[in-house]
Amino acid sequence: MSTLAMTRATLMKDLRMEWRSKDAINSMLFFALLVVVIFSFAFNPSAEESRHIAGGLIWVAFLFAAVVALNQTWARELRNQVLDAYRVSPAPANALFLAKAIGNFLFVSVLEALMGPLFIVFYNLRSVGPPWQLAVVTVLGTWALVVNGTFFAALSIRTRNREIMLPLILFPISIPALLAMVDSTTSILTGDASPDFWIKMLLVYDVVFTAVCLLLFESVLNAE
Amino acid sequence: MKLLPKVFIAFTVAALAYAAYQALVVAPTEQTMGNVQRIFYYHVPSAWTAFLLFFVNFLASAVYLWKRNTAADAVAAATAEVGVVFCTVVLITGPIWARPVWGIWWTWDARLTTTLVLWLIYVSYLVLRRYSTGSQTALLAAALSIFGFVDVPIVYMTIRWFRTQHPSPVIGGGSNSGLDPSMWPPLLWNWLAFSMLAIILVAVRYRLQRMEEDVEQQHAQVALRGGTA
Repeated sequence: MSTLAMTRATLMKDLRMEWRSKDAINSMLFFALLVVVIFSFAFNPSAEESRHIAGGLIWVAFLFAAVVALNQTWARELRNQVLDAYRVSPAPANALFLAKAIGNFLFVSVLEALMGPLFIVFYNLRSVGPPWQLAVVTVLGTWALVVNGTFFAALSIRTRNREIMLPLILFPISIPALLAMVDSTTSILTGDASPDFWIKMLLVYDVVFTAVCLLLFESVLNAE
Repeated sequence: MKLLPKVFIAFTVAALAYAAYQALVVAPTEQTMGNVQRIFYYHVPSAWTAFLLFFVNFLASAVYLWKRNTAADAVAAATAEVGVVFCTVVLITGPIWARPVWGIWWTWDARLTTTLVLWLIYVSYLVLRRYSTGSQTALLAAALSIFGFVDVPIVYMTIRWFRTQHPSPVIGGGSNSGLDPSMWPPLLWNWLAFSMLAIILVAVRYRLQRMEEDVEQQHAQVALRGGTA
């Protein structure tokens, strides 16, 4: 089987499992909802204020929620020794990684599509800059979180304190990406500055870290 | 302990003492900042040493990923720990200097933020080492080290886009920058002394790491033979 076919098969399997169980999406959704409500109470912003802080709130909420889904990425493959079976099969390791990363990307995108309107309602948001740029930022930003998150989830399932390990190693590495997402979103919402630099930054981050992940994943999968 | 390490330690202690004398007595008092500028002789050498150690950590991690050499992993473990110590010194001495000179303890400037993120990454690296088990530790840590190394220039570029408050590079900076010639000897003496201290700490930590590996192997051997370790 080629890498592409392998990726597709694994991805379809994960999507089907998620469609039937809705484990990841439900826990993410409820978690993000709680964060939105708590932030709303904690800051109680006016419309003008919220335009300035919304970029930060949205991405922090998505980051926290994404961790919930990312933690479940590999857990189900540990049961019944699926990962061991994968390791001895001739299937390319990167196909598995790509399938998992794309799967997580889709889950987090669905979350964002559902939570976005809620943010607009709770925080009275109205974009001053062109809204289509938000879509670009969302796609690039989500991939930035998810590609490293999928990789680090594979690292952290091998540690003693699985669930807590992922944010501890993911957040420091994600700081530049998070900064770029927050600042580009804020500059689009307020219309104060051009988000071009930040979008390019995100693109560079995505390309560089996707390459690093693909380079190292096989070693991590086969770590004994 | 053999003779050579003893001699080296003696030289290091002498160098540290002489460097302190250079920084606190010989170095001229800075015109506008006054005595607080003397922290520069500790701040800058600590930063250089920390960055050097993190760079060695990256090289050792790359060697480990390539050759699966346990000695390289022990070097990585040792340099990361000692590097975090020196980086902590940088992050503590910086604000002590900044408060009287800038009037603020901290600012989200490019170099401050990059150093802080670097520190965070290496603390997470140590946490990962601490919580992973057995022979996987080396590989997982090496992978994280590569990520950290790739991340640092991106962090620097990102934060530079804001603004930079840190004094522009005094050494090798623009035409207006430059260190008074009389300040060079204290700086270089301190750098030498700190580097020697770092070498000792890394060597001790490296030996400890190797011993731990040894003990673990012995335990495994005993267990294999059916005994109790």
